[in-house]
Amino acid sequence: MSYVAIADQHVHLHDPQTFITKYVWSQDHKVIAIQYMVTAMAIGLVAIGLSVIMRLQLGFPGTFNFINPSNYYQFVTMHGMIMVIYLLTALFLGGFGNYLIPLMCGARDMVFPYLNMVSYWVYLLAVLVLVASFFVPGGPTGAGWTLYPPQAILAGTPGADWGITLMLVSLVIFIIGFTMGGLNYVVTVLQARCRGMTLMRMPLSVWGIFTATILALLAFPALLVSAIMMSLDNHLGTSFFMPAIMSLGDPTEHSGGSPLLFQHLFWFFGHPEVYIVALPAFGIVSDLISIHARRHIFGYRMMVWAILAIGVLSFVVWAHHMYVSGMNPYFGFFFATTTLIIAIPTAIKVYNWVLTLWRGDVHLTIPMLFAIGFVFTFINGGLTGLFLGNVTVDVPLSDTFFVVAHFHMVMGVSPVLVVCGAIYHWYPKMTGRMANEALGRLHFWLTFIGTYAIFLPMHYLGILGLPRRYFAMGDTYFVPDSVQSMNAAISIASLFVAAAQLIFLFNLVWSLKYGKPAGGNPWRATSLEWQTPETPPRHGNWGPELPVVYRWAYEYGAPGNKEDFVPQNQPPDGHTAVALGHRRNV
Amino acid sequence: MNLIVATVALLAGIFVWWLAARRLTTRSWERQGSFDGRDAAGMGARPAPARMGLWVFMGVATSFFALFITAYLMRMSPHLVQDVALRDWRPIAEPGILWFNTVVLVLSSVAMQLASVAMRREQVEPARSGLIVGGALALAFLVGQWFAWQQLQAAGYYAAGNPANAFFYVLTGLHGLHLLGGLVVWGRTVSRLSRGSAGPGTLRLSVELCTVYWHYLLVVWLVLFGLLMIT
Repeated sequence: MSYVAIADQHVHLHDPQTFITKYVWSQDHKVIAIQYMVTAMAIGLVAIGLSVIMRLQLGFPGTFNFINPSNYYQFVTMHGMIMVIYLLTALFLGGFGNYLIPLMCGARDMVFPYLNMVSYWVYLLAVLVLVASFFVPGGPTGAGWTLYPPQAILAGTPGADWGITLMLVSLVIFIIGFTMGGLNYVVTVLQARCRGMTLMRMPLSVWGIFTATILALLAFPALLVSAIMMSLDNHLGTSFFMPAIMSLGDPTEHSGGSPLLFQHLFWFFGHPEVYIVALPAFGIVSDLISIHARRHIFGYRMMVWAILAIGVLSFVVWAHHMYVSGMNPYFGFFFATTTLIIAIPTAIKVYNWVLTLWRGDVHLTIPMLFAIGFVFTFINGGLTGLFLGNVTVDVPLSDTFFVVAHFHMVMGVSPVLVVCGAIYHWYPKMTGRMANEALGRLHFWLTFIGTYAIFLPMHYLGILGLPRRYFAMGDTYFVPDSVQSMNAAISIASLFVAAAQLIFLFNLVWSLKYGKPAGGNPWRATSLEWQTPETPPRHGNWGPELPVVYRWAYEYGAPGNKEDFVPQNQPPDGHTAVALGHRRNV
Repeated sequence: MNLIVATVALLAGIFVWWLAARRLTTRSWERQGSFDGRDAAGMGARPAPARMGLWVFMGVATSFFALFITAYLMRMSPHLVQDVALRDWRPIAEPGILWFNTVVLVLSSVAMQLASVAMRREQVEPARSGLIVGGALALAFLVGQWFAWQQLQAAGYYAAGNPANAFFYVLTGLHGLHLLGGLVVWGRTVSRLSRGSAGPGTLRLSVELCTVYWHYLLVVWLVLFGLLMIT
């Protein structure tokens, strides 16, 4: 049978010889995963720094001289772009995708290890080009993370000289690198699972990452197309997106282009992007909840189907970002309907998480705290999504802080909580040591309460009509003075949350050396990555024989067992000989 | 945007159907123990990873071209601009060499197909000839496309002049880039085949995958060509 031949072959194992091939130019999925994570977190720190600067301006306008309207827009833009693409997408798919897919599927590595390595280095190049834009004349682009033309490439927008060019180039590089990685994730899940690991026995983490990768492979081309066309408008003077327009008093050479076309293309990527970030989070959080509540995930099949349904639906809702763009109003009706339909599979998932916790043996470990925090926050952000999905409610709330609050809750804080929970959860497997418990709890509570202190009041500011993206409010009659006090309070909370992330990083570094030794399976979990012969797993993951899977990944609290869990690869009584005999005949 | 929704729906449909054929209704919690026929069915017979990788890549490329075509149709659509006087789409007179190029690309695909068939019959020499002819014809196609660009430039159709021109250059250019990427892999395959530096199974697979990709790019070209002609 061909699949054993693929999964078992040693030819592609490219054993690393030197320090360089082992840790730098490595083709090992685990090393690549950690490279992705470290790079993403490093650039994420930059994005956190930018948000703190933004908050300083909003909370204490006029206090800090180094912030002016121009660089404020640059900070806003780079914060958004880095967080959405270079941090979350890269961390979930490049980081967790790389680490978890081969281990959870029982493979020795990705199917194309060389391509996988190239994918990371191309990603790093994209990050470096992005960082370079801070140091070019004029600085990075200040067009907003949506990069809407015509203003994105007109003189007068910060970074119109170099920034926007580097931004688009960096995105194109990122997409090329991601496509290499994405091909790997999809083909590995489909081709390299070990014996007995049927699709419906895969942990939900793999399902989430897998589906998100498919979404990304289909949606990122839309960003690529718009980046190419905008670069041509910018440098060759074509008019794909650029209408006839005056710039600084002079007519430009453009005419007849359609900014609306860009918005369609951008959001055709942009909305699936939300689920590219959310689906891995959904999958991972399902596993965290099940493992730390010692209970099988409620409604496994429904969870898988819901992930697939959300994935498909996410492609037909993009124009709900464009209710005020001047598109045909009848579109709004259609897109409001599809948007609200997404609430059904999403609600199924939320109910199933809650029902998994219900009467479970809940252990409030650090990963569990983050998982429960996620469920809270996701419900919160989801409910405000119902407001914004309706055209008539969205129109007055459009471009206010309500929108900022909504999307930070639903695709900022929620996935980040899962990222943190997941790192605490798999840290013992990656390093062989437990992360520090006290620091972890401190990190959780500061982050959880802090983000609520930041984003809950923003809903209120948005309902007041406070517009987003403004450098300063000035004297506006509908903005009461109390808004300023609230903004100051939000900014102080944001300082605490930023500091909490430093505690997190310190914990990760400190525990490398001083953490409690973890053993192979500290959470007593069933899925394959916890059953490796060594911790951290060595190159090739499994020793001489690949694991064989006999059951799904959620066998917790099973009656009649000594332990309260049964690993996926533990043979049922009396079946060992049969299974091994079968294997030899293959 | 209807087109791209339809394309993605199609791709998603293929994907979900493909998954469904892998028994997404299994009650995993009831099915413990060793594998029987049903588990084996769930595993599916697996094609080579490279083949699967190529198909996934072609899915990505399909999404890419479908999006470009969507943008093309939307930009061309008379509904975009209400005022007739402001409509700026000026169709170009496509150079006749495009017909010649199309024939060359079709012949290139045919040669690749012959190479693939020869590989299946384990006739390495004819396969190598077919492969080289196929690649050479693809190169000839690219050169022909370059001439088409030159002719358009000479006739005054600059990219910045009109969206119809700009789309012509972009669509042909991107198709050419994809073909160029294919030629890189083709070069590797030819050198492997000449030196015999891989097993017969691997060689056959390489030639076959090149052929599949060539056919795919031929189809993409025919669609693009048709769309460029209807302006």
